[in-house]
Amino acid sequence: MMMLRGLWKLTWIEIKIFLREPLGAFGTIGFPVLVFLAAGRVAGSWLSPSSLAASSLIRVGLPVFASLLIAISAVLSLVTIISIYREGGILKRLRATPLHPQTILTAHVIVKLTLTAVTLGLMVLAGKRYYPVGVHVPLFSFTIALLISTWSILSIGFLIASVVPTARFAQPIGAIILYPMIAISGLFAPVASLPPVLHALARVLPLTYAVPLLQGIWNGDAWSAHVGDVAALVVVFIVCTAISAKVFRWE
Amino acid sequence: MRPVIQVSGVRKTYGSTVAVDEVSFEVNDGEIFGLIGPNGAGKTTTMECIEGLRTPDRGTISVLGLDPFRHVYKLQDRIGVQLQQAQLQKRIKVWEAVDLWASLYRKKAIDAAHLLEQLGLTDKRNTWFMNLSGGQKQRLFIALALINDPEVVFLDELTTGLDPQSRRAIWDLVRGIRERGKTVFLTTHLMEEAERLCDRVAIIEHGRIIDIDSPQKLIDRHCPERTVVLVTSDPSAGERFRAIPVVESVICTGMRFTIRGRGDDLVAEVIHCLSENRIRVTEFRTILPNLEDVFLQLTGHSIRE
Repeated sequence: MMMLRGLWKLTWIEIKIFLREPLGAFGTIGFPVLVFLAAGRVAGSWLSPSSLAASSLIRVGLPVFASLLIAISAVLSLVTIISIYREGGILKRLRATPLHPQTILTAHVIVKLTLTAVTLGLMVLAGKRYYPVGVHVPLFSFTIALLISTWSILSIGFLIASVVPTARFAQPIGAIILYPMIAISGLFAPVASLPPVLHALARVLPLTYAVPLLQGIWNGDAWSAHVGDVAALVVVFIVCTAISAKVFRWE
Repeated sequence: MRPVIQVSGVRKTYGSTVAVDEVSFEVNDGEIFGLIGPNGAGKTTTMECIEGLRTPDRGTISVLGLDPFRHVYKLQDRIGVQLQQAQLQKRIKVWEAVDLWASLYRKKAIDAAHLLEQLGLTDKRNTWFMNLSGGQKQRLFIALALINDPEVVFLDELTTGLDPQSRRAIWDLVRGIRERGKTVFLTTHLMEEAERLCDRVAIIEHGRIIDIDSPQKLIDRHCPERTVVLVTSDPSAGERFRAIPVVESVICTGMRFTIRGRGDDLVAEVIHCLSENRIRVTEFRTILPNLEDVFLQLTGHSIRE
């Protein structure tokens, strides 16, 4: 009960603080939406309206790509905030209260998941004109799928946040590790066609499971078709959380 | 009465560096206890072991009858902590920070509005943390340390980096905490702060405690010398001063005499000598040793080096 009250207060304050940071809010919410709109416009100028809806790249690839960008910006933002909080002694100050350390981190995860859902909502609104009215997308299931994916990638974020030496390096190191994950996630080329080393790497990264999950759910697959993907995302979460629990530095 | 804090044989190392070595002391209920020493002496490490933020390699600590390591959350509920060089979220408002902290403790928080008023932060309640001055930030940290009405308050280098005026204001606040019956444990490398504020101090250097007592007793024990400086044109004065039994040395530069000796009697003896011999003086002052001198005496170097 006590912990819930603290968790709720901390989460709410962190959301307010995030919104007060103009660049942070723009970078995390605005960037994926802009990429989505720009890509949609470029593709729209190439393709006739009738083939636009038919093109699988635009219909499935682009929304999934933009969703991954949303997830990764949320994770990058988490890595940056955690390292700034550590460097400034904010994490340490919060620990010197009856608050459990897990509660502090949970609050940040909730903030990032909320942010992901909101950004997805904005993207859907902004992208409405590229999609003919008849196209039906299970938005609720897709949101859940994206939240599960984000949650799993967030655990990698904690792992990165555990090892980055200073706040200054957090954003670049995070970006260098996270963005290339999209390239080998199977979104652009099938994972099986990758060179053996990348193939092996792809198998342990969460995006490799997030991509088929998001694509499938967007196309209207049933959840039962993606139990394996969800299970893999959960395993990644458990492994990364267990490792970062060992190596995480509070100061 | 049982001491509020008991520290016995505590040792803490970081790699091959020994930060705290065989440290033992007790802090009594209702006193302001200061751990004083230069930067890097082991003050913060000792304090953070007592607060439950670090685990000592050896030794035992008891705070309010609790083991800070095993009962860390129970302990946090009953103590208030101000950390050295801590920050808050840049854009958190003063009232939000106080409100958040108030929600973290089991015990009902004290009246936040009243606390902010006492600390002179009422006008700043809607200000972001990043826009507060150094003194205002420190006062906010004191507010956060007091919000749960703690039994023991820990203050680490509370006034470092503050201007003299803010420093004095904060000293008054700390005395106010003691007057409300709390125990205060503080660290400082400012000897004046320790001397003006603390009921008892422990001097720590290279992770070891050198001596513990009230500032006055430490001075009496380690620096019993007294000095009188006076100016007189009386030609026989130097001879008369040398004849005083407790006087150890008399240095004369022009008409200015510096008279050194031991014990509280020195000043009385010099005054007696002046009046008996009708020596006219145009200037008279006494120089008393302070904790700074005690530190120099005990360690062979100044605390600022």
